[in-house]
Amino acid sequence: MNPMAANPPITNPPVATPFFFYLLAATMIIGGILVITRKNAIHSAMALITALLAQAGLYLMLYAPFVAGVQIILYAGGIMVLFLFVIMLINLERNMKERQFNKQWLVGIVAAAALGGLFITVYTTSTRGKELFPEGRVAYADGQNTQAIASLLFDRGAGQYMFAFEIASLLLLVAIIGAVVMAKKRI
Amino acid sequence: MNELMQYIQSYLGSDRTPGGAGNIFWATVYILLVFGGLSVAVIAMNWLERKILAHMQVRLGPMRVGPHGLLQPIADAIKLLLKEDIIPAEADKVIFWIAPFIVVLAAFTVFVVVPFGPTHAITDMNIGILFMLGVSSLSVLGIVTAGWASNSHYPLIGALRSSAQMVSYEVAMGLAVVSAIMMTSLGSLATGLYGAGNVDSQVSGTLSMIGIVQAQQAQGVWFVFKFFPLGLIAFGMFAIAMVAETNRAPFDLPEAESELTAGFHTEYSGFRWSLFFLAEYSAMIAVSSIAVTLWLGGWLRPFPSVHGPSIAIPHIWPPADPSAPTGALDFVLALCPGISFLLLGAMCFYNVQRMPKHPLFKVQTLGLAGFGAVLALIGLILFVPPVRDRVGDIFWFSAKVTGFMYLYIWYRGTFPRYRFDQLMKVGWKILLPTGLALLILTALFGMRADISTQFLGGLGQ
Repeated sequence: MNPMAANPPITNPPVATPFFFYLLAATMIIGGILVITRKNAIHSAMALITALLAQAGLYLMLYAPFVAGVQIILYAGGIMVLFLFVIMLINLERNMKERQFNKQWLVGIVAAAALGGLFITVYTTSTRGKELFPEGRVAYADGQNTQAIASLLFDRGAGQYMFAFEIASLLLLVAIIGAVVMAKKRI
Repeated sequence: MNELMQYIQSYLGSDRTPGGAGNIFWATVYILLVFGGLSVAVIAMNWLERKILAHMQVRLGPMRVGPHGLLQPIADAIKLLLKEDIIPAEADKVIFWIAPFIVVLAAFTVFVVVPFGPTHAITDMNIGILFMLGVSSLSVLGIVTAGWASNSHYPLIGALRSSAQMVSYEVAMGLAVVSAIMMTSLGSLATGLYGAGNVDSQVSGTLSMIGIVQAQQAQGVWFVFKFFPLGLIAFGMFAIAMVAETNRAPFDLPEAESELTAGFHTEYSGFRWSLFFLAEYSAMIAVSSIAVTLWLGGWLRPFPSVHGPSIAIPHIWPPADPSAPTGALDFVLALCPGISFLLLGAMCFYNVQRMPKHPLFKVQTLGLAGFGAVLALIGLILFVPPVRDRVGDIFWFSAKVTGFMYLYIWYRGTFPRYRFDQLMKVGWKILLPTGLALLILTALFGMRADISTQFLGGLGQ
């Protein structure tokens, strides 16, 4: 009953991990189902935000605080606000009367069965799929996550993703300029 | 039972936050303390704002409920709780119900990482400042949904204004913050990483709130003075953006009462309205804490590297911790928390003697004397050496945040409200380019400092 003495100074024992995992996973699944079943687009957006926040919680549980922070700041904070803006400007009354689901039941059932079959196959292997999904995690202390990501991106020796990162940001820049050019008649 | 006591005691003497040490008991205690302290601060702020604003406008402000209106916030709270809670018939009920809670949750959650002292924080996260900015940006969602769910014109316009404003100023705010974060690693002789997760292999910056203050301590400079004037400009940008971010005057267009009645919370009343109120004030405290942590040295006292001559008074000074500084200036500044509470108590007693002598005022006079006695008692407790050595950092942090809270009131009493196009112009055409230039200049200054340090270090060897 004395975690301080039993553990090295940096890493902490995870607290109530299964409880939080199932809580977050259930929140995500319920949120996801609500997103597609609500008729009101604003309600869908709120459900999506809930699901995204729960996902940020899962990232935290995977010892990836930086990804969790970016998830909150970008998806839940930034993109969803823009979503809400757009939804508020469209005509909700007409939207509510529209048919919500298309009639492609066959394709849906086939896809769901394929995915379910895959899960069952993996789970019924002799080791419960553990050779595919190893237990344990990359050995970063949870405190150094940001620094580890930074050195993967920018470090002279280990920085192997710098080019991809810069190209991605260039693409975003092009998209922004494109949006401005298309929206503005006179620049 | 014994094990439980042992578990509780095991944290005492730790040099880390309860969250960092993984001690659930003390983490809960800290959460309750921060929540309680925040609520008291909001109540005090409510009274102070009305009084100070009134005195700036040569009025008296609240005077009826309690001596000098001291009980006015409590009366207000009771009124709000007893008021009928109306949900408009045409409103979207679920969203209308959820919106205030989103705003309050966003405003309170950020206090998880606010560092009141090197060990006095609920926890220290590796992504501290990112977490604070991210979670506080969630309050936009609450405001937008509140305005939309009211299904009324004024709230919707207020909500759209508010979110446009918050999204715009978040950019400037972020650029200023990044410049401060760069300073944690640039142009310093200190090696290693501060805050959560120590690695001592290379120089690296940090996002951890505690780490940022430790970086300022190690470099011996508050970031507002670093790379002069860059730190100062970044601080100024943040100080402007944070007022806009919290929808306060002169950027209070979302609730411009002359145009929009009350903006996004026009349709709210009673308890739900008070949640918005609570969230607004705790958000103000939260962004002020960010500013204090990033630029004003957090819990560090003024001139942390000046100690004065070493002195010793038996049983009183120096402190029990052998690593603590023992100078005369340290001693004088360590007495500040107690002295400030004693002064508040003395102010109460001065006003007790000035109260009207009419028998009707007897209860109020006695109450004020009791309040003064409690404040003076707290002041005396703060002089006890073990307490004194533990509250110093909390005191300096709170004192700096209090300065910001006064600034908020001062702005409100001084500046006229911006027009919306002026607001957007300031955000996008002035603050954004300044922020980008600042970022580049900070990097250049830092590289220059780093190179010259390495070069001089090479010569020295």
